[in-house]
Amino acid sequence: MEVLQLLISGTSQGCVYGLIALGFVLIYKATEMVNFAQGDMMMLGAFFAFTYVNILELNFYVAVLATIATMAMLGAVLERVVLRSMIGEPPFSVLMLTIGLGFIIRAVAGAVWGNQPRSLPTPYAGGVFKPGGLIIGYENIVIIIGTALLCLCLYLFFRFSRLGIAMQAASQNQLAAFYVGIPVKRIYGVVWALSATISAVAGILVAPVSLVDPQMGFIGIKAFAAAIVGGFGSLPGAIVGGLLIGIVEQFAGLYLPTGFSDVTAYVILLLMLLLRPEGIFATMQRKKV
Amino acid sequence: MRFVRKTSYDHDIRLFRHQGQMFWFGLLLAAVLALPLAIDGFYLGELSLVFIYGIAGIGLMLLVGYTGLVSLGHAAFLAIGAYTHAWLLGQGVPFLPSMLAATVLSALIGGLVGIPALRMTGIYLAVATLAFAIIVEQILVHWVSVTGGFRGMAVELPSIAGYDLVNAVPFYYLCLAILVICLLLALNLLRSPTGRAMRAIRDSEISAESVGIHLAYTKTLAFAISAGFTGLAGSLLAHRIGYLAPDSFTLITSIQLLIMVVVGGLGSLHGVIFGAIFIGFLPQAIALGRDTLPASIAQIPGLEPGIFGLILVLFLIYEPLGIYGRWVKVRSYFEQFPLYRKATHRRQKSYLRTERMR
Repeated sequence: MEVLQLLISGTSQGCVYGLIALGFVLIYKATEMVNFAQGDMMMLGAFFAFTYVNILELNFYVAVLATIATMAMLGAVLERVVLRSMIGEPPFSVLMLTIGLGFIIRAVAGAVWGNQPRSLPTPYAGGVFKPGGLIIGYENIVIIIGTALLCLCLYLFFRFSRLGIAMQAASQNQLAAFYVGIPVKRIYGVVWALSATISAVAGILVAPVSLVDPQMGFIGIKAFAAAIVGGFGSLPGAIVGGLLIGIVEQFAGLYLPTGFSDVTAYVILLLMLLLRPEGIFATMQRKKV
Repeated sequence: MRFVRKTSYDHDIRLFRHQGQMFWFGLLLAAVLALPLAIDGFYLGELSLVFIYGIAGIGLMLLVGYTGLVSLGHAAFLAIGAYTHAWLLGQGVPFLPSMLAATVLSALIGGLVGIPALRMTGIYLAVATLAFAIIVEQILVHWVSVTGGFRGMAVELPSIAGYDLVNAVPFYYLCLAILVICLLLALNLLRSPTGRAMRAIRDSEISAESVGIHLAYTKTLAFAISAGFTGLAGSLLAHRIGYLAPDSFTLITSIQLLIMVVVGGLGSLHGVIFGAIFIGFLPQAIALGRDTLPASIAQIPGLEPGIFGLILVLFLIYEPLGIYGRWVKVRSYFEQFPLYRKATHRRQKSYLRTERMR
């Protein structure tokens, strides 16, 4: 019973990692850039939701939509203003750039909303579901269902929509995609907007479980580990990696001495990189001359 | 503009390209040596910190700027150097052997980290080093018997053979001496076959491999050397801080080190020094700015990292070669005065083709 309980809380935590990891993977898949500020974008999403619900006093579901719209716009603007000029630069520069962006976002959030933790009231918070001795918070159920729905949408989008297929083409070969008439730059804008949307959803889902403060974006580093464990560039891999890390973390927290649960994500990551560097769902091949 | 006429192969690997360079560097050294006469203890302390950052920066530059391997975890080596040195001093080991031991231990651990790093490239490597750094941070917190955990540990006062180095002036000279030695070591390394192999790996792994460079050996060596320099800087930093706690060696520290080499200018040792000055004095400048700004802006928490981030972003967009790159452009403008063409330093963009299968 205890095992099952841990499994469920691990799954819900893992879904959060997985969602942020999805944002990483999406941008990497489409633009070959690594966005280290993904966790901070999640933090921004949570703060926007907090503003809409607590300060503007909107209905929760309206606020969710407003947050998603705001973040999508922000993602597109960020791409246009900052990252557009980095197309064609080495990946390392982009990595450093997004690290810098993360610092800026944290400082701005601290300036606007202050550094004390806030809580986001939700209609489903506090409720508990008790099937046969288990105790599951409604927040956790919402996280799991929300993640599953989002994954399904993304899968359908990439598999069937013209835009999704154009994104895949742009990521495989920029120049060739441009030649066959895909507006690569505009696609990049859409990708960033989409990834910001996902991080907004992640932020809203995680806000009732953990509090909202400018430092919450650091969870992004664990999500990053999840993305790599799953095989960077694979959407299902991101979720599987997130679940793996979330669940193992819960068990490590209970059965191992204190301190281990903080590093499990990184130990898994290092083991993975040692044993199977291409991740669970391999998407890389060795470079050929 | 000066033209250097080379009459033998030795001219290619000379430390100084011409007499003028020797003169200017000599002048700089003299100025730095005479500085304690001119300024007071506080700024000498800050300058020592700049020198310490410089030493760590040399290590990171050899790895990132010359071998092309990105590390997001160099704070770990800084920590290993600092804690080893402090612990050994606590056990009664004399100053210099303890410092040497800290350097060697950091280098060994760096080599060990480097071995699995051989199988990874780019972002994977960066994240692996990041994971390593976070694990080291947790070890510092939980290995209480050696590191003192969260409470931290005090560092013994520095002294060599009974001669006290506590005051700002002797400590300044100590840091300066070690920085100069490190710079010479790095310069010599870079003109040796190993240094050239490192640069070849940075420019293209495949072509380096095909001209017979042992990738595994060179990369591991680069990691070990880099970690060694950083560990040495850590042992000096221990004295500069005086009291070691895990929160001096976090992810932010690693990123700060990386910002230093990027803003200074990747791929040049000048860049290390420029970057170290930048990192060392920016907090001072911000503190000064705080007094003049209105309180509502000046009191923003996290202002300092925010400004670091902003400067980093601006540099990456407008001057990816860093301060040194800008300096080279300004210099060549004056050297070729009426004939300078902007396109000389134009960046080359490369369009990507993925290595992914799907």
